[in-house]
Amino acid sequence: MKLERPQLTLAERLYVPAVLSGLALTFSHIFRKKVTLQYPEEKPVIPPGYRGQPVLVKDEEGRVKCVACQLCEFVCPPRAITIKPMEYPADAKHAKVEKTPAEFDIDMLRCIYCGYCEEVCPEQAIFLRGPYSVSGLSRKAMVFNKAKLLELGGTLPDPIKKWKKK
Amino acid sequence: MEAILIHLIKIACVLGVVLLICAYIVLVERRVCAFIQDRLGPNRVGIPLWFRKDGSAITLGGKWALGQPLVDAMKSLLKEDFVPAHVNKLYFWLAPILAMSPALIVFAVIPFGSQLLGVPMIVADVNVGILFVFATASITVYGIVLAGWSSNSKYPFLGGIRSSAQLISYEICLGLSVVPLFMQVESLKLSEVVTWQSNHLWLICYPWNWLPALIYLASSFAETNRLPFDMPEAEQELAGGYNVEYSSMKFAMFFMAEYTNMIAASALMVTLFLGGWSLPFVPVTGGILVGLAHICIFLAKLFGLLFFFIWVRWTLPRFRYDQLMGLGWKVFLPLALLNVLIVAGVIMVGLSK
Repeated sequence: MKLERPQLTLAERLYVPAVLSGLALTFSHIFRKKVTLQYPEEKPVIPPGYRGQPVLVKDEEGRVKCVACQLCEFVCPPRAITIKPMEYPADAKHAKVEKTPAEFDIDMLRCIYCGYCEEVCPEQAIFLRGPYSVSGLSRKAMVFNKAKLLELGGTLPDPIKKWKKK
Repeated sequence: MEAILIHLIKIACVLGVVLLICAYIVLVERRVCAFIQDRLGPNRVGIPLWFRKDGSAITLGGKWALGQPLVDAMKSLLKEDFVPAHVNKLYFWLAPILAMSPALIVFAVIPFGSQLLGVPMIVADVNVGILFVFATASITVYGIVLAGWSSNSKYPFLGGIRSSAQLISYEICLGLSVVPLFMQVESLKLSEVVTWQSNHLWLICYPWNWLPALIYLASSFAETNRLPFDMPEAEQELAGGYNVEYSSMKFAMFFMAEYTNMIAASALMVTLFLGGWSLPFVPVTGGILVGLAHICIFLAKLFGLLFFFIWVRWTLPRFRYDQLMGLGWKVFLPLALLNVLIVAGVIMVGLSK
């Protein structure tokens, strides 16, 4: 197949009209609405399926959903998660039902956001969700403890209501 | 004694203003580039006026990033000045200086105003004005070639080779394009050129000077290594070009040299084609107010042209290397030569008076 080169007109070959129309276009862009997001003041809208940092969630009655089974700790490839399980005290309401984490630390300097913890969790207690801006002034501050993870996670209503039946 | 003092003050003022424009034109470039691309560009750093005890500062003009040049300069100065092991040290050091200084020297012969309190507003009104400009401006190529060669590395070397061919080719077009102007003015003095234009019309107003103006403009883009002719530092092709191995203030010198060259080329274009400090309906001679007005007119024209340089940079893509050389040798050079003949004819017929 033979492709014919298009015959350029004199105006096209001069190149100057094309330059001028290009200049006109860029000049009109100077006055157009800007798309910049002024980041620290304006935050982008995070879509619901966004995979941010791992967080712990509570159910609607304010109970920690994690039962300290430590599956996430074992599956975590960079070993970022450290859990210290604890029995509920004997007089607690759910004493015979489940365990609970005494301490739940995620080292955010180690976390690779793989989502294995969320995948493996049998209680749907850990999620990779909205928070995306993870920063701290020291290595110690980057180890997020239970309280911090729960605060970031908030409440996630549980339709199964497993605890009610026990 | 007094004359020397006046000269020193003038030199200090010109250098100061040029370097100030040089610092802020980088900011303007970033802002205009951002606006053209529907962004905002730098809009945070203000000029610090007062530091509070907790380290924060009260700043001025943060919305317009007026402090950005300060911060940029500080960053360049504080970066590690790394010299690679296998460079030719002498030329490696000499190159940024050679790139920067000719551009500054050019301003010595450019009339930036008529007079102020009887003092002519030009540092050195030499009678070979335009020749001096081209003589010094052609030294700039050594800065880039030396940088490319002494770096002892492939990409800078390629950038250096490209620039030597490009700058030398376009210098010919640049020189030939202004020949017709001096045939009309009948003097090489740049102050005479402006005086001629204030007595007649600006040289750009004559139709036979349109072609030289276009050739001059395009060639000065090539001479200052600006897009669409930025072969020596084509980032995408050469990873940065002749300045790859440079860091810290030596890199900043190349960076400033590019902008100083741009200011010099614009100032020369204002002087040659756009009437320098003259403006219709503004008296040619007068007191201190008229003198100041002339300087402002010159600066306004200069800024307009600088904006045009930036505007073009963010509009046009880079030419291919063979297109660049073809344009220089096969189009601009014959056209410039032809134009010398045309203007000679025009002068012979007597249309130019």
